[in-house]
Amino acid sequence: MAIHFQKLRQPASLVLTMIVALLATFFVTDHRWRMHYSGTRAAPALPSAPDLSFADVNGIAVRTADYKGKVVLVNFWAAWCVPCADEIPQFIALQKKYQAQGLQVVGISVEDDPGELRDFCRLHQVNYPVVPSDLRIADAFGGVLGLPTTFVIGRDSRIHGKHEGATDFATLEKEVVALLHALQS
Amino acid sequence: MMGFLRGSGGMRRWPLALATIAAMALTAAAYTGAPADDIPSNSLIQPQELAQALKSGQKPVVLYTGPQAFYAQAHIPGAENIGPVSKPQGMDKLRARAATLPKDAPVVIYCGCCPWDHCPNIRPAFAELKKLGFSKVRVLYLATSLGADWKDKGFPVASGE
Repeated sequence: MAIHFQKLRQPASLVLTMIVALLATFFVTDHRWRMHYSGTRAAPALPSAPDLSFADVNGIAVRTADYKGKVVLVNFWAAWCVPCADEIPQFIALQKKYQAQGLQVVGISVEDDPGELRDFCRLHQVNYPVVPSDLRIADAFGGVLGLPTTFVIGRDSRIHGKHEGATDFATLEKEVVALLHALQS
Repeated sequence: MMGFLRGSGGMRRWPLALATIAAMALTAAAYTGAPADDIPSNSLIQPQELAQALKSGQKPVVLYTGPQAFYAQAHIPGAENIGPVSKPQGMDKLRARAATLPKDAPVVIYCGCCPWDHCPNIRPAFAELKKLGFSKVRVLYLATSLGADWKDKGFPVASGE
């Protein structure tokens, strides 16, 4: 009986080992792809973030130059875009968690009704500036052709990453932490 | 699970369990690339196919049903700007344009404003054209956005109003 089990256990172990190896390959490849896509690796020529000034949804002037030396997340979104609106609490949490270390989130709303946008920000207690978008802002970032899209800007005022589609916040937070520590050490 | 595998004849069940896991993985993989929603798969057109059709002599009518801001930045060459069909003005414009087209005209609609599963414009546009009797209406499948699934893949774009 023991011999019988041993014979069966060997192929089962082999198949299990192959599955584990395949999964490991997938996760390593996926991680490398994400790192490449997010652009957090050292790049020879990262584009500079545009220098813009605009008024936020409450009429308060916002100048990106005021954020020099900070890590900035520029999130293009819209209240009418369900996945975008669903992400706002997570941006609020990031702003709260890392504000003291030098993070600044800026929301750029695309084609929202101004009144509805103000109501949304009030309801969700958004703790960072939200700006009604115009084409100038999207153009300055090289074009934005879908929501949500988030640009990651380092303390060096260069664009280190771009996230298109639903945001992977675990990855985004890692990028933020890396950039917050980049020029502090 | 482990009890199931350890129980009487459990080792004989390993192949069955592994086959089940493999089948589940394959099913999940298949669903990753195939939208599961109310637009039938035979009414979808993939970017590559549309790009080929636009090069041919028999171009479909292409209608953009998303936000104005994106159209001005980049749109599929020849696409007509209908605007967001989730809003009354956009729906009115779609109906007005549809009234000028024969019901058997090949029509492709697209949006790409948001990830596919949450686009507020494309389903109302498709439903309205089907309701109006269009028999050859197809929807461009843009999983993430026009930027990620069309422009960044090297398909042609035009800009301006």
